[in-house]
Parts: sequence; C-alpha cells; structure tokens
Amino acid sequence: MTLNDLKTGQTGTVQSIGEKGPMRKRLMDMGVTPGTTIKVIKVAPLGDPIEVNIRGYELSLRKDEAKNIKIEI
Amino acid sequence: MNYTIALAGNPNSGKTTLFNELTGAKQHVGNWPGVTVDKKEGTYKKNKEINILDLPGTYSLSPYSAEEVIARDYIVKNRPDAVINIVDGTNIERNLYLTLQIIETSIPVVVAVNMMDEVEDSGIVINFEKLSEAFGIPVIPIVARKGKGLDKLMEAAVRVADDKTVPKELKIFDSNINTAIDAVYEVLTSDYNVSKRDAVEKDALNYWKAIKVVENDDIVTGELTNNQKPEIIAILGEAEKYADGDTEAKIADLRYKFITNLVSESVKKPKTHIETGSDKIDKILTNRFLAIPIFAIIMYIMFALTFSENLFFVEGLLSPGIWLAGVAETLWGYIGSGVDALVANTSPWVYSLVMDGIIEGLGAIIGFIPLVLVLYMLISFLEDCGYMARIAFVMDRIFRKFGLSGRSFIPLLMGFGCSVPATMATRTLDTEKDRTITTILTGFMPCGAKLPIFAMFVSTFFVDGSKTLITYSLYMLSIVVAIIVSLLLNKFVYKSKASNFVMELPKYRVPTLKSIGIHGWEKVKGFAVKAGTIIFISTIIIWALSNFNANSFNGVNAANNEDESIMAEMDESFLASVGNVVAPVFKPLGFGEWRPTVGVVTGWIAKEMVVVTLAQLYDEDVNLEYLEEFFSAYSEEELEELGFEDGVYDEEAAFDIYAEAVLWEGGDENALRTMKNDIKTDAAAYAYMAFNLLCMPCFAAVGAMKRELKTWKMTGAAIGVQMLTAYVVSFIIYNVGSLIF
Repeated sequence: MTLNDLKTGQTGTVQSIGEKGPMRKRLMDMGVTPGTTIKVIKVAPLGDPIEVNIRGYELSLRKDEAKNIKIEI
Repeated sequence: MNYTIALAGNPNSGKTTLFNELTGAKQHVGNWPGVTVDKKEGTYKKNKEINILDLPGTYSLSPYSAEEVIARDYIVKNRPDAVINIVDGTNIERNLYLTLQIIETSIPVVVAVNMMDEVEDSGIVINFEKLSEAFGIPVIPIVARKGKGLDKLMEAAVRVADDKTVPKELKIFDSNINTAIDAVYEVLTSDYNVSKRDAVEKDALNYWKAIKVVENDDIVTGELTNNQKPEIIAILGEAEKYADGDTEAKIADLRYKFITNLVSESVKKPKTHIETGSDKIDKILTNRFLAIPIFAIIMYIMFALTFSENLFFVEGLLSPGIWLAGVAETLWGYIGSGVDALVANTSPWVYSLVMDGIIEGLGAIIGFIPLVLVLYMLISFLEDCGYMARIAFVMDRIFRKFGLSGRSFIPLLMGFGCSVPATMATRTLDTEKDRTITTILTGFMPCGAKLPIFAMFVSTFFVDGSKTLITYSLYMLSIVVAIIVSLLLNKFVYKSKASNFVMELPKYRVPTLKSIGIHGWEKVKGFAVKAGTIIFISTIIIWALSNFNANSFNGVNAANNEDESIMAEMDESFLASVGNVVAPVFKPLGFGEWRPTVGVVTGWIAKEMVVVTLAQLYDEDVNLEYLEEFFSAYSEEELEELGFEDGVYDEEAAFDIYAEAVLWEGGDENALRTMKNDIKTDAAAYAYMAFNLLCMPCFAAVGAMKRELKTWKMTGAAIGVQMLTAYVVSFIIYNVGSLIF
C-alpha cells in the first residue's frame, strides 16, 4: 500500500520512495527514508495536499507525491 | 583578526532572527549573482572586524534549488573562516541532516541549537557534550529571539576560526561507499600535483567532490573531465551493486541512520507527546470547514489594513497604509510649495523641470513607501508566525492547476490594490519560476490607479445601464488572462510539470516586533533606492518628451510664446510625434490615433494619468467654455465638495478638478466627445481599457519588478510578455467585438 491509502490519524513505516530523481531526493533530504515512521495528520480543506508527521515535524505533500511512497502498517 | 562567518541552517530554524540579533539593524541586502535570492551581510555588533553572512535557508546541500546551490558553492568555494550552523532544537533530527553535509566540507563549524526555551517547555533534554564529542566541534545552546547564548556562540565561532578546527571525519558510510569515495578521490587528485601550501584546502574540496560524485550529484559530476569519466563510471557501477542498485538513496539513508543513532544517545524526549499551543491553533486554522472562511477573513483584513479608505466598514476610517500615504503626500506637498516659491522666478522650463519633473517624480516614490512598509510588515508577520505555509497548504489545489503555488495568492490579491507592494511580495515564493511568473501576473491586476480609466471610459461609452457589468468584466478579464498566461509560460517557457509541494509546515510562533520592523525597513530601503532611481529617471524622460519639441532649441517657441518659454504644448511635443509614429501599430486594436497612444505612454508614469492626459489632449472638448458650462450646473456646496475653494468656481483650478474629481469618478457622460472620432466604437473603447489594464504597469511597478527579477534582461522579458499579452488580448477583443456588435 502507499501513503495515499493511509487514513487520517493512521501510522505506517516507509518501505521505499518511488523512482530516482529530484523528487525522491527531496523527500529523502526531508527525512522520508526507508524504515521511518510516518503519520497522516490531516488532509487540506480542498482534499489535497496532505499533512504528515515524520521525525517529529510536520510535512505537507501532494497526493500524487504520496502515491509513490510505499508503506507498511 | 578579520573573519567572515557564514550562517547556515534550515528554513524556520531562526536563522534570520539570529542574524538580526548578531548584526543589529545595520545590514546590507544585496543579491546573489543571477538569481532572485537575497544576500544579506552585516558586521557583528560587538566586534566590527567580524563579517557575518546569511546564507539562504536550506534543508540540504543537494543541487536541486537555487538556494541550495548558493549555500554550498559559498561554503565550498569561498571557504568562510567559520560556519555557524543553526539547528532547531525542537526538530533536531531533520536539522542535523544539513549539519552532516556541512561537516563533510571540512570547514570549521559551530552548531547553535536554537529554540532552547521551547525545547525545555516540551520536556526534551539534549546532551550537548555528547553531540559535541560526536562531531568534534562546539555545540552551543541558544535562544536567538531572546539573545541568549549568543556571546558564547560567537566566542566558539572565533575560536574554531582561529584554530582552523576541522570537524572529525564521521563514520557515516559503510565500507562499500567509503571504498567508492576513496577511489573517486584518487581519480580526482591524480591529475595534478598538490602544492604544499594549498594541500589542506584542496584536499578537502576534492574529498567533498568525491562524496558528491558517489552521491550522483549532477553539478559536480558534470564538472568531471573526459579523462576522468570512464574510470569514475566504473567505480560508481561497482558501488551500485552493493547498494541495492541505488547509491544515492543509500547515502541519504546512512546519513539519517547515523543521526537517529546519535539522537537516541544524546537526546531524551518525553514518552507521551504533549499537545502544544501550536497544535491547538493549527487544528482551528486548517480545520476542514473553518480553514477557508478564516483564510478569507485574514486576507480581507490584510488587504483592508493596507488599502482601505473605509476600514472595517467604518465610513472614512483610513487604513494605516492609506493614512500614512496621505501624511507623506501632505508633507511632500509642503516641501513642494516651498520649492515652488524658490523657483517661481526662474525660466518656465526650469520651473517645470523642478515642479512637474523632479518634485512629481520623487513624490511618486514617496507616495508608495507607506504601502510597501505596511504590506510588507503584514507579510513578514504571516511568514514569521507560520501562517504563510498554511496559506500555501490551503490554496495549493487551486493554484497548482495554473502551474503556480498557493503562495502566489498574496501577491496577486495585493495587485488589486497596488502593483508596487504586490510585486515586492513575490519574494516570499519558493522557487524562482514562481517568483518570475507571479511578478509578470501582478502587472495584469486592476490596481487602484486603473479604476479612473475604467470609470471614465465606461461612463463615456457604455452609457446605457451596463456600467457595473463592464467594470466587473474587466476584473474577470484580468484573472482569466493571468491564468492563461501562467499556463502558457509554464508550458512553453519553463516546460515544467507542476512543481513539487514537499514543504515543511513550521510550528506557529509569535513573531518579534524587531524582526517585523527590520523586514519592513529593508523593503522600504530597497524600494526607495533601487526602484526609486528607475521611477525618477523615467518620469523625467517622459516629462522632457511631453514638454519640448524641435522648436524648443531653435528659438521658434521662445519667439511665439507670450512668456518666451522654450517649452511646447503637449500636442506639439516630441511625445506627440512619437505618438504619430507609433499610432499605426494600434490600428488593428481600434485606437490607432496619436492621442490615445500618448495616453498609453503617460499611463506608465501612473495609470490614472491616462485620464488627465486625454483630457489635456482633447482640448476642443475640455476648454474653458465647456468647463464653465459644466460646473454651472453644480451648487455651491457641490463645488466645494469637488474641491473649489469656498464653493466659488475658479477658472485656474477648473481643469484639475474636472480631470481628477469628475473624470476619475466617471462623472461626465458627455466627456471627451471628440475622442469618439479616434476611438469610434464600444469594442475599440473596451480594447483600449483592456490594453491599459494589461500592458506594462507604471514605472514604480517596473522599478519593483527590476528589484525582484534582478537583471534588465529578465525585467525586459517580463515587460515584453505583458506588452504582447495586452496587444493580443486587445486585438481579439476589438476584432471579435466588432463582428458581434
């Protein structure tokens, strides 16, 4: 499953992050690396993007980006 | 000793606050060559020999944004005497990621752990000795906003600069990656003889480059020579095999693993998460149902505080922005009349140069300063308190569709008030692309000064009924055009897919007055100095063109004019000649005559000038006879309200009052009858309004654009896009309009 499938309030562990490229590099620089715990905090009022908690801080990313992050509960 | 110390750190780590605390209000804001990123420098207020440089806030030293490239190039190539790496103590894991990368450059570093007050409040305990020992560099706790710990921090920074303390070589990578880094290092250094004097620095640089090559860094890899490439490709291929085919990911992973281990040994966090004030505020501000209404209210308050003349619906209550602008204009008026008395007896052209050129030109700059100040202080408040990131979060879904980020909303909204502060607000956007596109789009917005044009044309041409609808349609037009231009620029100029939206949502914090004040002051200074020059010079040029002609310099004017002035009337001036030459260009838009053309040009001084200029040029319409007849219909009270002293009709004041109090408000339906010989149809009139709406904004806004876009090339390109857009849109309006009506 992907980060997109998590419901608000659910927690998962990052397995892998999409394909090579600037997008993935950026996510990894921000601390989204395999094995990290990630929690969905909320969805923006218009339905996208989403807000997650990772390594103790809040990060927002679009659903398109969340789709590439594989998660295990 | 003269030292240069650079501040590096994540966005929202309090870097700017620390910079302000260390340097005081005396700072120099310049720019990094070729990019729209501020470069701030200052001297340490307790020791003038220490230079402090504020690097852009970054999360990493990867080459994926202008900010990151600037920060790393500066550290690696300019090698400051020391780097102070500021770290947000409440969010230490992610912040230390940058620390590791700075340490890799083998430069003297001090880590400043900021927000220690919040750290203590939330029950986190940090073992600074352990951190310091692990990195081999000083780690100092500070509270930047309260100025705590800063003396110790600076002592430590000077000490590492004195001793040239190089951080420990950290054991971050596994043996496979280390082997690859060493092998690449061998290749990089085999080409030249390391001279003894430079040995330390050059080796550090090459070792850093070796890490970056293994990390697949586009820029460093691109600098390799053709001799080096084959060997290095082989090394990287070998390394990939042991890193699950992905060295880049492995390296990021290993860095974070190192940090996680270190943090688990040296930072104690409370077991249960305490809900902070920030969490509670956020629950309301980005609540599913409340977020958008709250957002609308905050935006309304922001707009009203800057531009409103009836603040919070109180009749006649001026916003701080408008009130201050009024004060500035009144003060400038006094200075103007003082100067008037001084130059009253000089020749007419000197008088006109001083009063209509210089005083008017400087007045244009001064009138904008309060708006820039108030709006920018409000923006820094939103930025510093953390709400700006939430605006992007809430609005992203809409703006992404047009290839922009939610943050573009603020400059565009402010564009409805005035393009000058709106353009300067683009600096808060995240990427250079967003900043450039938004700067172009703010010029399309129907700012306050464009309203008189609409008012006059709507009342003159669209007499029957639909006035509100026509004005409303122009507002809609500006928004639709902005969307289309943004989409086109994204598609054809930037060729980009929608930019990414991986963004930190920082904690809410109460901003300090000092930092808001410094921000506002910086913006005003930048505007007055950089934009001011452009506004001033262009105003003088248009003044000269509209007041002189060839006969000014051969004695003909002097002989013909009663007062022996060498000046010419506007309809015989150079500007009129230019208007005649350029006018055919506007034929396809329906207003290809010299007088409307000159109107467009004087509109660049200030958009409302279009109305005044047209009234001046159509002097068959607006002559003394007409004015006397027109005002004879008004009662004494009405005349007084319009601006006649004591309600008595005054020939000398009549023209100005007619232009500014009557035409600006659309108060004369018979205005400029002969103008209809030049602009014949409603379609042409609408095209003329659209052209003035969309073409290059006033010089004040161009000055602000130049300040934000940095180069004349980019500014010229932006103006080119605006002109082309205005032309194409007006062309379509006139031609399609002529077919239908």
